[in-house]
Amino acid sequence: MWHRFCRNRGAVAGLVILSLFLSVALIAPIATNYAPEENHLDQKLLEPTLAHLLGTDHLGRDILARLAFGARFSLMIGFAAVGVGLIIGVPLGAVSGFYGGWLDLVIQRVVDVLLSFPGFLLALSLVAVLGVGIENVMIAVGLGVVPAFVRLVRASTLSIRYRDYVEAARAAGARSPSIIWRHVLPNALPPVVVQATLGLGSTLLTAAGLGFLGLGVQQPTPEWGSMLGEGRSYIFSNPNLATFPGIAIFLTVLGFNLAGDGLRDALDPALDRASRNA
Amino acid sequence: MLHYVARRLVAAVPTLLGVSLVVFMMVRLLPGDPARIGAGLLASESDVEHIRHQLGLDQPGPVQYAAFLGRLVHFDLGTSVRSGQPVISEVLARLPWTAELAATSITVAAALGIGGGMLAALYHNRRLDVAISALMLFGISMPAYWFGLMLIVVFAIKLQWLPAAGSQEPGAWILPTLTLAAFSVALIARMTRSTMLEVLRADYVRTARAKGLVERAVVYGHALRNGLLPIVTVVGHQFGTLLGGAVLTETVFGWPGMGQLLVDALFARDYPVVQGIVLTFSTLFILVNLSIDLLYSVIDPRIHYA
Repeated sequence: MWHRFCRNRGAVAGLVILSLFLSVALIAPIATNYAPEENHLDQKLLEPTLAHLLGTDHLGRDILARLAFGARFSLMIGFAAVGVGLIIGVPLGAVSGFYGGWLDLVIQRVVDVLLSFPGFLLALSLVAVLGVGIENVMIAVGLGVVPAFVRLVRASTLSIRYRDYVEAARAAGARSPSIIWRHVLPNALPPVVVQATLGLGSTLLTAAGLGFLGLGVQQPTPEWGSMLGEGRSYIFSNPNLATFPGIAIFLTVLGFNLAGDGLRDALDPALDRASRNA
Repeated sequence: MLHYVARRLVAAVPTLLGVSLVVFMMVRLLPGDPARIGAGLLASESDVEHIRHQLGLDQPGPVQYAAFLGRLVHFDLGTSVRSGQPVISEVLARLPWTAELAATSITVAAALGIGGGMLAALYHNRRLDVAISALMLFGISMPAYWFGLMLIVVFAIKLQWLPAAGSQEPGAWILPTLTLAAFSVALIARMTRSTMLEVLRADYVRTARAKGLVERAVVYGHALRNGLLPIVTVVGHQFGTLLGGAVLTETVFGWPGMGQLLVDALFARDYPVVQGIVLTFSTLFILVNLSIDLLYSVIDPRIHYA
């Protein structure tokens, strides 16, 4: 599988982009001398120079330093949000698919309701209720990806629950929770991994959108979306302020999408072979 | 068929009820006391109590929800805290702007997306396919609002061809439409490409070619016709999403639609308006998805609804 993944040039490119941003996030404090949240009003809105490679923003803060520290927040929000989606969505999907009956019905109705709020609107409404701030953004954006995981795991579980090895486990006296844990979940996992990778990209976009509107992570925290939102006011005089955070978001999401597509092709050899033969 | 339509409409009722319950509870959970906000800063305690009673906030939750549903049936979404206008009239004043922008965008997105996806599939693994696929990957990875800002920088500031904001002149539609359409173009193209690749491998396409049909008839008459279902699904779903996703695009271009109204209302804590807009958006979304379901039988005569 790993071999197939590596043969896919796009997937490798995605992985390279992601490792780059991850290392930037990790080494941010030692890589830059500029404090990302410190104002230097005498140095505001500088064009890119050797001292400030990407210039400074309206409060004289080094844009590159803010982007580097911003990688921490943006990636952290993405991972945490997908984590929320996984923790809630996977068990619900497995239970829903395995037991069926009224439990399934109730869970599916709840998912239907969640899916009735068009994409971004759900996160926006949830943040309105929970309030702004980084934790609430994680929860709001995370709840938005729960339905996708519930549906996915439920579908896999439905196809797994009548397999021979599940029958065998039951015949051997295993109880349902243990069957779900030992047999259903491990076999339902591959598509979940793909969905989670792609989900990292989409949650990052949603969270940045909230930040852009000023309803996500608050200033002076250097989150990419809120940097972009602040830069918007200077779009006529200093487009750099909005351009660079946007590029950072774009590249990271691109990385997740490339890696996700690559994983999917690697996990689904049939698809791979078919597209090669065509 | 009529029976099926009726059944689907009835089946949408629990979802709509669920949505209304979520929106109802959401507003109850919001920070701030609506009675106090409504009464204003200088109100006395008894004034606040009076308003609380007027708003029915002193009654138990289920009673409040029943009253809320009762008002919804009469399209009564409450009154805006800021303007004192009925929410429904504020929403209806903005709805056409959002709906028209979404409709224009989905038309552009469907044309470009289906066209691009088909080209990519027909030129599978050739240079054109690689270029289109790369472009589409960029499209789904890009924050749309950033793309909008970059369009403003290039076409409004540098080239000065198009206005950066506004909605009156026809030229002002171009940038918001492109911004809103970008993500959907990419998604529709990806779906079209993969569907077409699958369909073009089907036996009936080989048969059609074998019996000497011209390529155009094979592609449009046999392949596209059979691949239409998933493509229509994604287009329809995108239309619903665009209605709600207009929030960011409208903010970027100062578009006078519902998204802008929603953001303004959120900042002003004008919760009746927030509630009204969220309800309107999700109802529209449910109705759009329902219409797509109903379209299936028209597109694919094999689908029968008993």
